[in-house]
Amino acid sequence: MQDAATLQAPAPAPAPASLPGGERLRAVARNAFPFLVLGALWEIVALSGIFPRKLFPTLGDIVRSFVELTVAGTLPHHTLDTLIRLSSGFGIAAVVGVTIGVLMGRSRLAEDILLPLVSILAPIPGLAYTPLFLLWFGPGQLSAILLVAFVSMFPVIYNSWTGVKAVKEIWLRSAQSMGADKHRLFRHVILPGAMPYMLTGLRLGLAQAWRILIAVEMLASVPWGLGWLIFGAREFLDTAAMMAGVIVIAVIGLLLEKYVFQKLEDYTVVRWGMVGSM
Amino acid sequence: MDAQRRRSLVRGALAIAGSAALYEGVSYSGMFPQVLLPNIQTVAGTLWGMLADGSMFEHAGATLLRVLVGFTLATALGVSLGILMARFKAVENFFLPLVSALMPIPSFALVPLFMLWFGLGNTTTVLVVFYGATFPILFNTWSGVRAVNPLWLRAAGAMGADERKLFWKVILPGASPFIITGMRQGFLRAWIAVVGAEMIAASDWGLGWVIFDAEQFLQADIMIASIVVIGIIGFVFERLVFGSIERATVHRWGMVRVAKG
Repeated sequence: MQDAATLQAPAPAPAPASLPGGERLRAVARNAFPFLVLGALWEIVALSGIFPRKLFPTLGDIVRSFVELTVAGTLPHHTLDTLIRLSSGFGIAAVVGVTIGVLMGRSRLAEDILLPLVSILAPIPGLAYTPLFLLWFGPGQLSAILLVAFVSMFPVIYNSWTGVKAVKEIWLRSAQSMGADKHRLFRHVILPGAMPYMLTGLRLGLAQAWRILIAVEMLASVPWGLGWLIFGAREFLDTAAMMAGVIVIAVIGLLLEKYVFQKLEDYTVVRWGMVGSM
Repeated sequence: MDAQRRRSLVRGALAIAGSAALYEGVSYSGMFPQVLLPNIQTVAGTLWGMLADGSMFEHAGATLLRVLVGFTLATALGVSLGILMARFKAVENFFLPLVSALMPIPSFALVPLFMLWFGLGNTTTVLVVFYGATFPILFNTWSGVRAVNPLWLRAAGAMGADERKLFWKVILPGASPFIITGMRQGFLRAWIAVVGAEMIAASDWGLGWVIFDAEQFLQADIMIASIVVIGIIGFVFERLVFGSIERATVHRWGMVRVAKG
């Protein structure tokens, strides 16, 4: 069940508010220390002049570039476009993926027909399809969104399918014997039962979508987007702008993982007591 | 049960044959130009031609070499740092925040930077693969070593195992299911990363480069043929190579049941 394995970002040492002041300060300092060391090393290499300053900018240059790009409005514009692309692509993948996955889990016929097709298409790295999509749909927005949707769909399908299949037979039968109709069975038994798997699938799909999107933006010649920003900056040897883009990408990646899905999980499966029962 | 299995197989085969026929029909209908949607014979012919003149082997060889070098480096760093992080608190305190900050950066985001620093070609692609594959291996090794049952450690310690023996006979086998899972995920990432990196930053050889290059000449048949080869190699590694590694180690040692415990 390779596709169902979660790879979560490890939580940095916690600094909850309940700790006494001194402890908390120490935890913050402990987390900050490695970054200071790394920053100092970077600065030493940058100032030493081993590499040209243009290619290896100092931290000051990177911060300046970050501030300039933000004030000029270009960085927010790139970020916004990337996020719009991510959410529309992933939105399509979530809706289509969950629908196909649930169908495959509930209907034997759908499973027999779709499973071979999914198993053939899924192991191919999604990025390999990029030039083909560009050829078919032309460079630009449409290709980028469709590719993100296509690539992130597979973990969603696979995990929704597994989740629906993993709903305990006895829950279904007891709900039926208590007189639940099809609609209720689905809404109150199957959906909550399959939800932990679906969320895992959505999480994996989103991570996939995020990784692919950055590469797609470099290849699909879209006018705006973080991937395009860092790729375009190469032409002008603007390493500082590139690093600023990479930092934004890292922060968004972290936020997606930490906040979007953690919160969604807290509101659904944790509240329903599903995770404990697994 | 048997009848049902047979029915599943028939339906699956029908589904594949049906989609192939559909594709073939659309391709012949002339709705789209042949160059964009080549029929299956053309693709098969192209694939055969590339296999026969050896160019496909050279491309696949270049890609495999890059993946394997990057993946080997990633395994070496990921496993050793993962073990150190799990065994020594100071190492963990230092590296964990860095790992959590670097992990969410997609490896492709670093391609332009590596291109500036190292130029087009092998160094850049290998480094991108290395970056992509390291984190799953590192993270899984770290969790695996931490998940080794402390009872085993104490039992082995009580029976007089020294630090070295403890490591080789208890910790490493105990953590191996996690490490292998990490390597699997790492390889998957590496395989995706190499294709992307080759598209953006490779010169002359490599499967990703072929696909990207074929776009400029509208050679959809070459693209699809290469995509098929990429899929097959990925599948072979995932199922055969890692499957047999798993059987030779964790299954034989009886670790898996314990790990899933």
